[in-house]
Amino acid sequence: MPTLTALRPRGVRMLTPGRVAGICALLCGVLFVAVVISLRMGAFPLSVRDIVFTLASSALGRPEQVPAEFRLVVFGLRLPRIALGILVGVALSTAGAGFQALLRNPLADPYVLGVSSGAALGAILSLIIAPHTPGAIQLAAFAGAAATITVVYFLGRRGGQLDSATLLLAGIAAASFLSAVIMFLMTTLSGRDLRGMAFWLMGDLSSPPPTQNVRGWFGFLFGVLAVGAGAIYLTASDLNLILTGEKEAQHLGVNVHRVKLVVYLCASLLTGLAVSVSGAIGYIGLLVPHVMRMLFGNDYRLLVPTSALGGAIAIVVADTLARTVVAPTELPVGAMTAIAGAPVFIYLMRRRVR
Amino acid sequence: MSVAANPGSVTDPSTTTGAAPPRLHVEQVTYAYAATDRSAPRFSLGATSFDAHRHEIVAILGPNASGKSTLLRLLAGMIRPLSGRIEIDGVELGRLDLRTRAQRIALVQQESELLFPLRVWEFVLQGRYPYGRRLRFESDEDSLFAGNALAQVGADALRERWMNELSGGEKQRVILARALAQQPALLLLDEPTQHLDIGGKVELVRRLRKLASEHRYTVMVVTHELNLAAEYSDRIILLDQGKCLRVGLPVEVYQRDLLEQVFDAPLDVEVRPNGRPRVILRGSE
Repeated sequence: MPTLTALRPRGVRMLTPGRVAGICALLCGVLFVAVVISLRMGAFPLSVRDIVFTLASSALGRPEQVPAEFRLVVFGLRLPRIALGILVGVALSTAGAGFQALLRNPLADPYVLGVSSGAALGAILSLIIAPHTPGAIQLAAFAGAAATITVVYFLGRRGGQLDSATLLLAGIAAASFLSAVIMFLMTTLSGRDLRGMAFWLMGDLSSPPPTQNVRGWFGFLFGVLAVGAGAIYLTASDLNLILTGEKEAQHLGVNVHRVKLVVYLCASLLTGLAVSVSGAIGYIGLLVPHVMRMLFGNDYRLLVPTSALGGAIAIVVADTLARTVVAPTELPVGAMTAIAGAPVFIYLMRRRVR
Repeated sequence: MSVAANPGSVTDPSTTTGAAPPRLHVEQVTYAYAATDRSAPRFSLGATSFDAHRHEIVAILGPNASGKSTLLRLLAGMIRPLSGRIEIDGVELGRLDLRTRAQRIALVQQESELLFPLRVWEFVLQGRYPYGRRLRFESDEDSLFAGNALAQVGADALRERWMNELSGGEKQRVILARALAQQPALLLLDEPTQHLDIGGKVELVRRLRKLASEHRYTVMVVTHELNLAAEYSDRIILLDQGKCLRVGLPVEVYQRDLLEQVFDAPLDVEVRPNGRPRVILRGSE
């Protein structure tokens, strides 16, 4: 039936899998360029040729051809940090896009429900109880996040179901209570721990993996990421309808209760994951989804993957700047995202107002 | 219309005609709402029975808090009846899963504020959701049905516009188009004329009349517009204080004493040459 395509309105582009794949491929290209640039920059400069040589030789199973210092810089220092940045960027932006739909609030970000405060409390408790134990801070942070998710879930229900407004209020209350406890506990920390904690509260990618098995560690992290982000992506067309109104969505056949539960759990899980390995990096989860909305529209089937990739790009770029702008000193990446993020956010907000 | 005159009964007379099976069969449905399990019901709907057929427009009338919206919500499956049965094409409503229900019943209500801007075309395509699977991208068939739905409400020219830039009447038509894109058997409308001027109101009910006549829809409308309902609907359900008082032809339900009592206002009813009643507010002379 040749007439069918003619019935599509002119000027309105239908979202097709091909279009999603094309835009994602483009963003993957941008991410790749950002990764290569990030690998080059730093106290030990590498040329693109060095990087390609190091990566290619290792990939081909001939790492002995590569100078030891190249291997150390690429595989020991920069690549794990970039991988961590990608993980955190994808997790925070996907969670942010999810929370904006779940709470029906464009200003929602991954931290609004107190998950990051719970994680911070866990981290600070581990510093007090078991300082310098490898992995303790990540584990305690994740436990703190999980506990907060659970408590806020039960506080945020109304009539047996998650209610956006109640959830938001419960989350804000939990976050401010936890922050107060954190402030109190921070007065008990010694100078060095205090500085570490401050870095952690701001968000920082410099802490090394807590185990020797770096590959296994990243395999685990990216596995959790894939499950959480994948589940959110599967609800994308449901979220499109929920954004128009929960009742309307229910009438159109969306199981609103289940979708909200899935998005709440997965977005919180992703936030907890990101915060436990990097601290509370601000603005990414709020801003990246909005930038992607401006570029590609509000359809969640496109918004979720583009936000994920956009978040990865933003963090890799921000961390590269954080490492290099005031070298040899390093800024926490969270400071960088806040410095760049706040003006962008104000610009977007003013544009909306006009 | 094969409705026997039986104005005194609250049971729908058409159930006994033995013609085609009704599209919607409502049998002794009751509902009660209480704040908690133990407290006395704050609101209840007494036993209500009626049938609605293809091509029919049925208007649900009554003063505020009479149970109109409750009845509509029961029919939409948003709430479950305390007792009684609601069947659509012979299948009990409670046994339909969410998507199947959305393929049979479409509800048009006042739209909540859109959080992020959406184009008319995207909005109407949402009506195709019940026919898709997870993440499914719209097919050419979906475009076809969405396009037809827009054409049926005369909103073809609006497809590229943003939802939040439409006038009240345009928006109402687009919301109706989304419901039509669901290809429902039963079309429910909750006070659709609320924000429309008189021209818009007449245009809307004419359109509903045309849709019901030409496309086999069964249309049920909750409304406060007594005269529009009398002019365009096939049957009337009159509710008052949670009780179903009458079900019947407009001329059967529009009795002066009954309406005056229900609406607590001085009203006159006259029957026009076309057999349709008209309600007039009596002056204070």
